[in-house]
Amino acid sequence: MDHPIEVSYLRWIILIPLIGAALNGLLGAQIQKRSGRGPIIAIACIPVTLSFALAVWTFLQLFGLEPAQRFLLDDMSRWIHVGSLKVDLAFWADPLSAVMLLVVTGIGGLIHFYSAGYLDEEPSLWRFYAYLNLFMAAMLTLVLGDSLLTMFVGWEGVGLCSYALIGFWYKEWANASAGSKAFIVNRIGDFGFVLGIFALFWTLDSVGQGTLVFREIQHQAHLLQGQTVFGMAAATFITLMFFIGATGKSAQIPLYVWLPDAMAGPTPVSALIHAATMVTAGVYMIARLSFLFAMAPATLAVVATIGCATAFVAATIGVAQNDIKKVLAYSTVSQLGFMFVAMGVGAFSAGIFHLFTHAFFKACLFLGSGSIIHALHHEQDMRRMGGLRKYMPVTFFTFFVSTLAIAGIPPFAGFFSKDEILWKAFSSPLGSPALWLVGSITAGMTAFYMFRQVFMVFYGEYRGGHSDHGHGHGTHGHGDAHGAHVPHESPSIITVPLILLALGAILVGFLNVPGALPAPVVGHHLFDSWLDPVLAPSAHIVTAPEGHGVVGEVVKETEVFAEHVEHDPMEYTLMLTSVLIALAGIGLAWLIYVRRALSADRFAEVLGGVPYRLVYNKYYLDEIYEVTFVRGALALSRLLAAFDRVVIDGIVNGSALVVRGASALEGWIDNHIVDGTVNLIGAICLWFGNRARSLQTGHIYSYLYAIVIGVAVVLFVRLI
Amino acid sequence: MEIGLNHYLTVGLIVFLAGLFTVLTRRNAIGVLMGVELILNSANINYIAFSRFGSGNYDGQIFSIFVIMLAAAEAAIGLAIVLGIFRKFETIDVEAVDTLRG
Amino acid sequence: MIYAALFYLIAGITVVSALGVAFSRNVVYSAFALMGTLLGAAGLYAFLGADFVAVVQLLVYVGGILVLTLFAIMLTHQIADVQVSNRSVGRLPALALIVAVGGAMGYAIHRAPWVRGEVKPLAPTTFGIGESFLGPYLLPFELASIVLLTALVGAVVLSRKELRD
Repeated sequence: MDHPIEVSYLRWIILIPLIGAALNGLLGAQIQKRSGRGPIIAIACIPVTLSFALAVWTFLQLFGLEPAQRFLLDDMSRWIHVGSLKVDLAFWADPLSAVMLLVVTGIGGLIHFYSAGYLDEEPSLWRFYAYLNLFMAAMLTLVLGDSLLTMFVGWEGVGLCSYALIGFWYKEWANASAGSKAFIVNRIGDFGFVLGIFALFWTLDSVGQGTLVFREIQHQAHLLQGQTVFGMAAATFITLMFFIGATGKSAQIPLYVWLPDAMAGPTPVSALIHAATMVTAGVYMIARLSFLFAMAPATLAVVATIGCATAFVAATIGVAQNDIKKVLAYSTVSQLGFMFVAMGVGAFSAGIFHLFTHAFFKACLFLGSGSIIHALHHEQDMRRMGGLRKYMPVTFFTFFVSTLAIAGIPPFAGFFSKDEILWKAFSSPLGSPALWLVGSITAGMTAFYMFRQVFMVFYGEYRGGHSDHGHGHGTHGHGDAHGAHVPHESPSIITVPLILLALGAILVGFLNVPGALPAPVVGHHLFDSWLDPVLAPSAHIVTAPEGHGVVGEVVKETEVFAEHVEHDPMEYTLMLTSVLIALAGIGLAWLIYVRRALSADRFAEVLGGVPYRLVYNKYYLDEIYEVTFVRGALALSRLLAAFDRVVIDGIVNGSALVVRGASALEGWIDNHIVDGTVNLIGAICLWFGNRARSLQTGHIYSYLYAIVIGVAVVLFVRLI
Repeated sequence: MEIGLNHYLTVGLIVFLAGLFTVLTRRNAIGVLMGVELILNSANINYIAFSRFGSGNYDGQIFSIFVIMLAAAEAAIGLAIVLGIFRKFETIDVEAVDTLRG
Repeated sequence: MIYAALFYLIAGITVVSALGVAFSRNVVYSAFALMGTLLGAAGLYAFLGADFVAVVQLLVYVGGILVLTLFAIMLTHQIADVQVSNRSVGRLPALALIVAVGGAMGYAIHRAPWVRGEVKPLAPTTFGIGESFLGPYLLPFELASIVLLTALVGAVVLSRKELRD
């Protein structure tokens, strides 16, 4: 880490999509009008493909190095050098960012191609692709930034693009306000992030080591011990602030309310931003700063608790939703909670692994739902779907596989990642059996509501084209002979990405086979060991007893693996339990929604329908926010506006009046006194002139008199 | 009493005063000019008297000749002006010609 | 004795004539009184031995100027109206002024220490004056002739009738 290899191509991973965004954004309208959609799609998809190629190249270059030397640095230019703050525009590639790079560019690229098919009737395609490319550039900046400031630029950038893309169909009020809600709630989290940056720099600077560059912070992190901020230990305060930012970006309690509303955006947006990339930024950030979080066990406890609570609450809400995308949204929130649980118990690489697998199957699920929505002409209510298994086989197959993955059924990817998290929640020094229990129940609920979705959408009879809906009337055979047409499979530009992602959902799990299971051919913990140079020191601090693990030491793989070699029998037990719980959830969903052996309505009626209504309405959290924060903010702003109008404008108008009065006074003075003086002098002159004029009588004798008198005077004077 | 300088000077003074009075009180323009002639004559008397009793040379007399000559010139011009005034105003009353009054 | 009486006679003629000029109502009377004054002055010059000046006075003053004045009077008189343009105004202030000035000058005459020079015997002065005119007083003499010329031209110009184009 101290001697990274200098390269100069990392910047192009970001700049090429940026150029594509600029081209589409500035010239897209003209190009689309003249040459149609083809060039627009090309301008958008080629940069992402190039970025993916560069990402693969980066990965290969890192792969070819020794594990301890897998660090690449691309210093693009000097940026801010003020006082003791020195931040350059530089990009950093290590195993962690390489993973994120592949996810972002790979899945992002697939979604770019998918969008060409999904938005085949969209007139503003150029605008969509401009925003999408811009989002790619911002997310890659976030991933590749080598300092907190660069990452923050990307952090804000993805927030902006999320706003733009959620409200893409801005002519509908609901879409625009969903975009605003996302941005505002994100902002609240970003405030915490900024405070964290400030606190970190300030505490480090107070001992003369102020910096915001990740590798330098990692070296100097030990200096934070013993410092306090607002009475809290410095590391705890800083990491708490950063976690607040993470709750905003990654939709945890209490700032998750924007994510379900964000489903108003086009489905590719939901897939890319709200499943695979932007919402995972919080998890990535914690992994980046894992050495800091490892120094603050209190924050880690908060992280784990909130993550667990979020996972559980989101799952309960998801059980009752009827919109196909809302179900997926809440499941995303729930899975993100799992990732935070992993971070909170110190299993940083397990969390990143779940992020990795989740990207595949969640993107596949969203894109599959997009395929359905597109085929049914923007119908999103699951109660009007059904029996699509016959009409859309490819979509069905990929969707089914991804649902198996998310439910945690082996050997699909979700099993390996989720199970690792549950095991670490149980066994880590920072974890507890309680965490494991709640997590397992949530996993069961996940399996239940995801398969509820599968059964409602793909099994039974097609219920589309009716005005009445309800799961008892699915036997109308002529449902599809009504005005609604028969849905058919989507074109291949939509189904090919689905297939690719489903393959990923099947296979990537094997990248991190736990030591407890046999792993022929692939070996164990490939993923974890790949991330070791970055995350192992932090994990070591967490898991090692006191006195071990000074940050900055590069820990050897074998020491970290020491814990895994034990193969605690508990691990097998827990593994088996989680699989059984998942199967139980699937079975319950089967009974209710396919066999109709149990009635969902009966469940809903339990306890007077209160639990159902509570859960269906998202625990009224939005309403609570509305009443407290939103109305409060509006009242405050009205008060301030009134203050501005009355007091400040009053002062301004009053001063204007004073000035006018003063100028009127001065004018009066000028007119009467000053001019009066001048006129007076003139009048005096005139008066003298008039008097003097009388001397000129015109009479000769008066002149003569004057002469004589003058002579006489002279005479007298001379005489006397 | 011996006729001395003072006698002549006194005569000259009386003539001068008469002339001054004429100048100041006459309404006729030609009358005013006559007063001026009187004043000039009184000056001449003084000159000649001083020439005889004061210096004994001819300077005073020469001066008198000049005075007479100038009086002639002035009288000519003055009377020409009076004639001009008479032509314009139909009168030579000095009170009537006050068009130069301011 | 006779000398003194003669002197007083001539001086009296002069003074009375002068007063006549001043107080006369009729301007023609004033003109003739002026003639008396001029004659009296000529006599005084003769007494003082300035024979040439006396004659010049008679010739120029009486014969020229007085005649000219009489001409002007006759020309500017409304013949029918002899009295009208002879009233005098403001006699009192003039008298006051006369008295003041006269008093001052009389005082000056009688109190001033005049420089008395040698009184020469009476002798013809013509030759001496002629020599002076062509000697030390040549320039004034010539200038005087120019002045006369100018006066002549001026008088002609002033008395011309207005030009009709």
